[in-house]
This record gives sequence, C-alpha cells and structure tokens, in this order.
Amino acid sequence: MTSEGADASRDDQPDSALAIAAAVRSGERTAASVVEVSLGAIAARDPELHAFLHVASDHARAAAAAIDETVRAGRDPGPLAGVPVALKDNLCTRGVPTTCASKILEGWRPPYDATVVTRLQDAGAVVVGKTNLDEFAMGSSTENSCKGPTRHPMDPTRVPGGSSGGSAAAVAAGLVPLGLGSDTGGSVRQPAALCGVVGVKPTYGVVSRYGLVAFASSLDQIGPLARSVADAAVLFEVIAGHDPLDSTSLDEPVPRVTRVLEAGVEGLRVGVCNELVEGTSPDVARRVREAAEDLAKAGALVEEVSVPEMRFGLSAYYLIAPAEASSNLARYDGVRYGLRVDAPDVAAMNTATRTAGFGAEVKRRIMLGTYALSAGYYDAYYAKAQRVRTLLIRAFERAYERLDVLLGATSPTTAFEIGERVVDPLAMYMSDVCTIPSNLSGHPAMSVPFGTGEDGLPVGVQVLAPALHEEPMFQVAAALERAAAARAAAVPGGEGRR
Amino acid sequence: MRPPAGIDGGAGDGGAGGAGGNRGAGDSATGDAVARGSGATDWETVVGLEVHCELKTQTKLFCCCKNAFGDEPNTNVCPVCLGLPGSLPVLNAFAVELAMRIGAALHCEVRPSSFHRKNYFYPDMPKDYQISQYDEPINVGGWLDLPDGSRVRIVRAHLEEDTGKTTHQGESGRIHAADYALVDYNRAGVPLVEIVSEPDIRSSAQARRYVTELRAVLVATGASDGRMEEGSLRVDANVSVRRAGTTAYGTRCEIKNLNSLRSLGRAIDYETARQIALLEATGVVDQETRHWDESGGRTIPLRSKEEAFDYRYFPEPDLVPLVPEAEWQARAAGSVGLLPSARRQRLVGLIGGAPSAHQVDQVDVVVAQGLDDLVVAAVAQGAPAELALVRAANELAADLDAALALDPGSFAQLLTMEAQGALTATQSKAVLAELIAAGGGDPAGIAAEKGFEALSQSSLAAVVREVVGANPEEWARFLAGEDKLAGFFTGQVMRATGGKADGKAIAAELRRLRR
Repeated sequence: MTSEGADASRDDQPDSALAIAAAVRSGERTAASVVEVSLGAIAARDPELHAFLHVASDHARAAAAAIDETVRAGRDPGPLAGVPVALKDNLCTRGVPTTCASKILEGWRPPYDATVVTRLQDAGAVVVGKTNLDEFAMGSSTENSCKGPTRHPMDPTRVPGGSSGGSAAAVAAGLVPLGLGSDTGGSVRQPAALCGVVGVKPTYGVVSRYGLVAFASSLDQIGPLARSVADAAVLFEVIAGHDPLDSTSLDEPVPRVTRVLEAGVEGLRVGVCNELVEGTSPDVARRVREAAEDLAKAGALVEEVSVPEMRFGLSAYYLIAPAEASSNLARYDGVRYGLRVDAPDVAAMNTATRTAGFGAEVKRRIMLGTYALSAGYYDAYYAKAQRVRTLLIRAFERAYERLDVLLGATSPTTAFEIGERVVDPLAMYMSDVCTIPSNLSGHPAMSVPFGTGEDGLPVGVQVLAPALHEEPMFQVAAALERAAAARAAAVPGGEGRR
Repeated sequence: MRPPAGIDGGAGDGGAGGAGGNRGAGDSATGDAVARGSGATDWETVVGLEVHCELKTQTKLFCCCKNAFGDEPNTNVCPVCLGLPGSLPVLNAFAVELAMRIGAALHCEVRPSSFHRKNYFYPDMPKDYQISQYDEPINVGGWLDLPDGSRVRIVRAHLEEDTGKTTHQGESGRIHAADYALVDYNRAGVPLVEIVSEPDIRSSAQARRYVTELRAVLVATGASDGRMEEGSLRVDANVSVRRAGTTAYGTRCEIKNLNSLRSLGRAIDYETARQIALLEATGVVDQETRHWDESGGRTIPLRSKEEAFDYRYFPEPDLVPLVPEAEWQARAAGSVGLLPSARRQRLVGLIGGAPSAHQVDQVDVVVAQGLDDLVVAAVAQGAPAELALVRAANELAADLDAALALDPGSFAQLLTMEAQGALTATQSKAVLAELIAAGGGDPAGIAAEKGFEALSQSSLAAVVREVVGANPEEWARFLAGEDKLAGFFTGQVMRATGGKADGKAIAAELRRLRR
C-alpha cells in the first residue's frame, strides 16, 4: 500500500472523478491508493456525518486491486477506473447488506447486483459503501432512517435533505467523488441542492431500475450525485442505457451529455417557471433569478412561463406514490427474508413483523396507499391522480413546444434543522414541491449548486427538460456551474460557509 | 349437510325448458337431468367455470427459471420469482404466443392488453401480489362447442402468474389444524391462462364434458400437457340454481379445489342440492366462496361476500402494455393444430353414415388419446374404418406410448386379414400386441409363427357341442334363460381351441344350439 499523505494534501479540494480516472488509467495513481484515501476520509469524517450505513472496505480493496492489475496488464480499466462510489442503501449489492435503512431488511444480503452496480464495476468504479437514506426512500431529510439521521456536512445541526441524504453528504464532504441515489419525488435533486452538489434525475426508463428496491415503481429513477456537472455527466453515461431485465427500460440511444458541456447556451430557449419560484424562500428565488440572468447574458433566450398544472403535482404524487408503495412493500412479510417476529399463526406473524419492522413514515404511506386503492375509493383517489398526471404531462409538452428547458428552484428552502419538520409531515412533504412534477411526467431534471442562501447554506437551481433531452439539460447545467463560479470569484466569501 | 334424496334421480328432461336439448350418447343420467327438489317445482342448475391452465413453456412467465413439475422443492427459483427486493418481471413471449393460440382455438378476439396487480397476503405468493390481467385481458369473447352439440360461450382467457404451493403439515393436513406449513416456490411465476366461461352450463355432466373438451383443445394447441392430476388444469365452479323456466340467475357460490373431473361433478351435484334445500327452507342462498372437501363429499364455507378480499387492483407499473402485432397474432393462430372437434369429424367421416353410440365413444377415445392420425393412415392403406376405430379405441389405447409409434401399414395389413376372416378377433389381437411391442412388422409372418389359422365352421361346431356335453348343468341353466353363462361357454371353447376360435362365431353357434 502506498503512502497517502502526499495524495491527500496535494490540494485543498478533493479530486474530481475525471481526474482520478485519468490518473489511474495512466498509471500515475493506483486505484488502491485512491480507495485508501476515500476509506481514510470516511473513517475520519463519517462518525460525525453518519452518511454510511455500511463501509465495504474489503470489497473495495479487492476491486481496486483488480483494477490496478488490469492497468498493469495493459487492458482498458474503464472510464471510471479507480473512482470510489457511494451507493444509496436501496441498491442491491451481491453479498453486501442492503437495508433500505429499515429494520425489516436487517441482515439481508442480496444474491445479486443491481444493473447500475454491474455497470459501475464494468466501468472500473469501486463501490466503497452503502449510504444512509430515509427508510425505503420515504422522506426528505434522511431522518426517517432506522439507524438515525445523517448530518449536513456544513452544519451538523441541519439535515442533508433526502431521501438520498447519505450519498449527497458523502459527496459534498469529499468522502467520495461520486454517489448514486434514487429519485422518486426529488430524492436525488433535493439533497443535492441542500448539500451543494450536482444531482440528476434522468428520464424515466433511461437508467435500469433492476436491483433498485422499489418505492413507487412508476416514479423511481436512479441518478448521479457529483461535485461537478462533468463528473455527473460521466456517471450518467455509465449507468444509462437499455436493460432487458427492466421492462420499462427504454431501448433508445444514451444521450451523450459529456459532449455538450462546453457547448454554451447561445440560442437555447429557457423558461423560468413561475410555479417553481413562487412559494420558495426569497433568497432561493433570488438565486433562480440570478441564474436566469446569467443564462441570458450567455446568449440564452430567457422568458417567464407558467405551467399551472404543476400545482396539483404534490397532491397527485401523495396518492400515486403511496399506492404503489403499499403494494411494493407487501412482500416484507417475515416469510422469506429479513426480520421475522414469531406469532401463533402466519397472519399474526405478518402483522407482528411489519409492526416491528417498519417506521412511522413508511406505515403512514402504506396506510395512505392502501386507502387510495381500496374498493369504492379507487376512482376518487388513485384514478383521479393518474388523470392529473396525464394533464401534467400534456402541460409540460405544451411548454416544451417552444422551450428547450425550464428553470426553477430545486428546494423551497436551504437545509433545515434536524427535527424541524419531523412532527409535521405536510411541511416535510412540501420540501419536494418543486421536484415532484418531473417524476410524475417522467421527464429529466437536475439540480446545480448556485450560490447560497442568507444562512450561507447552498442553494440549488433546477433545470428541467423534455424526455430524453438530457443533452440540453446538461448544457444549461454546465453554463450555470460556470456562472456560479464566476459569481463566487467576484464576491468575497461568496462560496458560503465551510 | 347431506343432499336431499333424489338429486341424482333420473327426472329426464322434465319438460322444463333451459337444459340443453342436444345430448350426445354415452351420458349417464346422473347430473344430466334438471335437478328436482323436494318440492313440486323443478330446479335448474346454472354453472360457469373458471379453468386455470398452466402453460407448457420452458420457463416461467416473468423470469428464466425452469417451468417443471415435480422437481426438488425450491430449486427452480431466482430473485424475480422469489420476489426479492429490487427484482423486476420481464414477460415471456412464448407464454403470450400460447395464450394467443388458446384464444384462436376458442374463437376469441385477441386484444391489446395490460397487467394489473392483485394484492393480498399469502405466504406462497412471494410478492404478496399476483400479476394478472384484469380489465384488459388478451383474449375476449369466444366459445367452445362440445361433442354433445351444446355451445359454451367464453368470456375471456387471460394471462397471469401461478403462486407457489403450500403444504400444511399436521395430523389432519387441514389448514386450521396444521402445526406448520412448507412452501415450494418452484410453481411461483409459472404461466397460467385463466379461461372464464359464461354461465352456460346446466348440469354436472355438461360441466365435465366442457372440461374434457377444453382440456383436449388446450393439448391440441400445444399450450398444456392437460395433466389434471399434476395441477396443470385446475377448475373453480360458480354454481347457482333457479326455478326451471325462469331466466334470472340465482345467487352463486364459487367452489374451489376441484382437482379432477370426478370432484367437479360431485361438487356441482352437492352444491346444487344444498342450494335447493336452502332455497326451499329459507328462500335465500348467501353468496360465498366454498371449498370442496373431497373426502367428506361436501362443500364447506371458506369466506362470505362480506369477508371477500379487496384485492386493490391497479395497473402493474413494472410492465408495459402488451400489444402483439398482427403478424405475430396470425402466426400464433396458424400454429394451432387440428382441434378435437375437427379431428372427431374426420374419423366420423371415415365411417360414413351416422355413427352408433359406441362409435361416438370410440371416436372420443381415439381423439382424446391422439390415435386418430394412426387410424386415418391405416384406413388410407386399406384398413376397414370401423375395425380400425374399435381396435384403436380398445387395444391401442391400453398401451398408448407404444401404440403411438405403431407403423400404420402393419396395422392396416392386420386389420385387412381379420376382416377377410384369415384371423379371428382373438388371434388378431394377439398379433396386434406383438406389432405394438415391436412398433410394426409383418402381421402374416407373426400369425404363421403363432400357428394362427381361423378355425373352420365345422370344427368349431364340434368343439362347442363337446363343451356343451361336458357341462349339462350349465347348459340347462343357459337354456332356462341365464344368458350370462354364454361367457362361461365361450371361455371353455376358447380354452379347448387354444384361443383360435372367434368369439362372435362361438356366440352364433351357441345361439344356433339353443334354438
């Protein structure tokens, strides 16, 4: 094992995924040394953050050694050679615990890898561990974890957002350059915004869901978390693409987002979406307006638009997502795997197991969903919500007839205090009001850090695009990243608190 | 509760309308009649059947696990059919093909379809929901014509996955008294087509004929192996009764656990009687699901309408709509083999003229056993059709696997020899047995080897007289009208001639002597 002191102190900023991959591919650095840096950072910082539920040190070291062997043998180690990656703990990893931060899956080790995990490994990436989340991805703060909350890397009294708060915090804190999360109602973008990193929700069907433990199947999509748009773009291209194991996977060419990052935004039509600005805190709204101004200065054609149907998104979402969840989570019955609480007969065992195994928020959503699907209520709730969804998709399509992308806030506020919204589920649900519409429509959207709020904590600006139009989305995101850097350089202390 | 007497009683057609008028030969009176209650008015049974057919695919409906019966428990399983977290279903195209073949054979319309989730908790269902087609089934409408001439309309024939199999372990083997249960998930995810009939069936016998014919159709399409004893075909019956001559349906009960034709018939008869007794006593039948208790010969309540599950059906988000292109539909329909009704017609055509009741039965047996191609080929090579039919139905069916490999030419040659009197029936059967064992051969050579030559009329007469003389007491009783002793004399003559005598010739000689 090489000494890591030099590596780690070479720069204040942790290395980007692209820099690591280039160094490992050229033989300048070993994957083993890179992984040790990451494991060391996790050991130093994670006791406070609690971003990880499981650190797979042995797996990671073995994988790194294999990549170094590949490099030595002169073979191509892949575009993410030696890059440490953190996986949200609802992604199945063969032989490595996958808990969804739920007591009900305690001790379960999947016998198979999720498709994204296989693709990461094929690309040379090294999985270093599994990250914390709201139980079964149900939440917006990573507080609903049976293992306790993850803390915000810049302020331990605050939440990192959720539900992919563990991956977002790990990336933001520099423990790993890349993370994967899942986004059902904003669970990648919202923690990305709160933690000050890039978070992407791809077009539904572009990334295989095989091996992602389902929350709401028609909304779930796996997405990258990274510290730069370029890193997120590489990770996106690695995990995207048709998978015959997922029937909803699209058999379409993967958008080549890495090629468009320097393309600029001249002539792109950008709509600042009223519904994604109104209702956000004033400092967040100001950042969105600044972002729009910067895009206009860079040559984009910026206008204000209204998509009123977005206002119904939250209501529709909180019927459809729990309905699907109530069915997806039925299998945790104590019969085959995970927790079992013994009882005199099977039905009683099911009840005892589920009562002990699920947390309050999961139970709340199972109840909501069961109710929404029940005979006599289906038409009034679930079927109506699906009609709203159709209306929303049409509204988006109308907007995209004359616009390339939409712009708005990712989260209505910056990171909030731990405990602040736990007692008020509706306030917590409002955290996702800006992100939910894209899940309902299946369209891609991503969050890019853009300055800070009055509290000095990061603000994310959201870029939304039509289905399979990740290219203009990344194009705009890259421009925003440059603009944010320019603003930070111009304003003393503008990078927020550290 | 015991069924009231007279339920099986031969009330005949009873004069009351409704029951199918076109009954073929070979039906027992049992269950085919309009049911008669203890009161003055007759009752009519109304039955609709739901038949679950396991499809004969290599792999399961949503994964690549082997679809096989009888393997070591829990060996044909994977993350998908075990419903492990994160796994997703992928539809088996061949299962869709077989479903479309079934649709074509039942004259259904193939439609764009989709899958739903049927949610309920049960340990042998790995996901605690079943993926099934609900309001958009692949096959809609259609009918099945029965050999008796009646037609049963088909509502739908849709795709769904099977559950695992639970075995309750305990002294009684019954659910409520079990100590523990074993679950085998090999069956979980096996493709099923559920075929739902209209309530067009009017008797237990007709229900049995429907299932028999449906089974033959399913086997002919290549969709099913038809093995009811292995659970390849499972039947639920919706049974109600109404006053004969009325048109409104009565309240129905759904009977589950009908694993054989015998259970099906008995359960319908029992349920009919139970409901008639209830209606006559109280005027009311409660809608409920009932379980057929084979050993007790009765149906017992499983759950009432109020206790019925709310399955919370909703569209399966893990699958996309199923829209088979026209070319695929046509290919599936084109690969349906000759259906049993057409095959029966082909045999009847060989006989020429209206078949006797026995011949109708023989045609049924030959088609059911898949021996009709052999009969057709033998007749084409000169065999007499009626003889080919009766030998196929009686002799060949006894050793089916070997018989299916029999050379039609040898079979035809043998039957021609018999028809020409060169061999007696008994001798012919002995040669046939050899031919079957060897898959063919030269019937004349085998007959010569066995020293078979037909006994002349005069030597037969001599043997018969000898046997009669040796058994004066039996002969006296035979003369007095005890006809069954013909069998005794025939046996004695056969023994004396070493089997060379022809049974019909003996009978003729006995009749001649008795006169």
